[in-house]
Amino acid sequence: MPSYLFWLFSTIMLIGGTAVIAFRNPVSSALSVVTCFVGLSGLFIGLSAFFVGVIQILVYTGAVMVLFLFIIMLLDLKDEQKRAKGLAPALAGFTLFIAFMVQLIGVLSRTPDKTAPPLDAATLTAAATAFPSGGKIAANLAEGRLPDVHLIGHTLFTQYNLPFQILGVLLLVATIGVVALSKRHAE
Amino acid sequence: MASLNDYLLVSGLLFAIGLAGVVLRRNIIVVFMCLELMLSAANLSLVAFSRFNTVNGLPDYNGQMLVFFVITVAAAEVAVGLAIIVALYRARQTIHTDELTSLKG
Repeated sequence: MPSYLFWLFSTIMLIGGTAVIAFRNPVSSALSVVTCFVGLSGLFIGLSAFFVGVIQILVYTGAVMVLFLFIIMLLDLKDEQKRAKGLAPALAGFTLFIAFMVQLIGVLSRTPDKTAPPLDAATLTAAATAFPSGGKIAANLAEGRLPDVHLIGHTLFTQYNLPFQILGVLLLVATIGVVALSKRHAE
Repeated sequence: MASLNDYLLVSGLLFAIGLAGVVLRRNIIVVFMCLELMLSAANLSLVAFSRFNTVNGLPDYNGQMLVFFVITVAAAEVAVGLAIIVALYRARQTIHTDELTSLKG
């Protein structure tokens, strides 16, 4: 990804993130999270992680944030934004932010930097030999394209098959839990 | 081309923003959104590590698998967490963390 696109998407992401804690209305905060995640998924796509970038949009901004908005509107939180904010929490948050940034810059200035290894047609063609010939992955790689979704599916259903199935059980448990939690108990 | 440290710096900034939001906001829904920001910041560094550490010329897909699992677990967590918030609002008529002091000693 060209450098200016990286800084553009990072700026969108960071402005969105700052707006989440700056806005007082929860609906504005939720929409700022959406802005932040759009910038983030731009960064993912710039890192050649196309599948992750797309599910970031579909799952987070499409499903999760809409769920947040539903709950905010369900609870009808209009009077929440009138409250005065105390000085102590703002100070604590700012101090934490500064302390974290000092540590981060200290660590990053001492670690060796790395540039992205090339992902051009030559390296992709060379990587095609590791996959069974005649398959879709090998064919795409031989043409110099990165079959990101196929590679993720390949990894998911070979190396990570058991965790993937456990994840299905987790989602089932979460669904049942949500139904049990939100059921109105008869007094 | 942006280097690995640029990505880690941006990811750390997003994490710090989320952390500051968790501390300074009092609305429990916004606190929850800031937790999502922190999870996404961790995802960004995972994807950056995956891209900058190639295995046989391809990105290291183990990192992106972890991101996939994090996103799925986070979606389940959001569903359960919001159900708890709705139950809390029904019981107390507030989601302001300053007013939820029944665990205070």
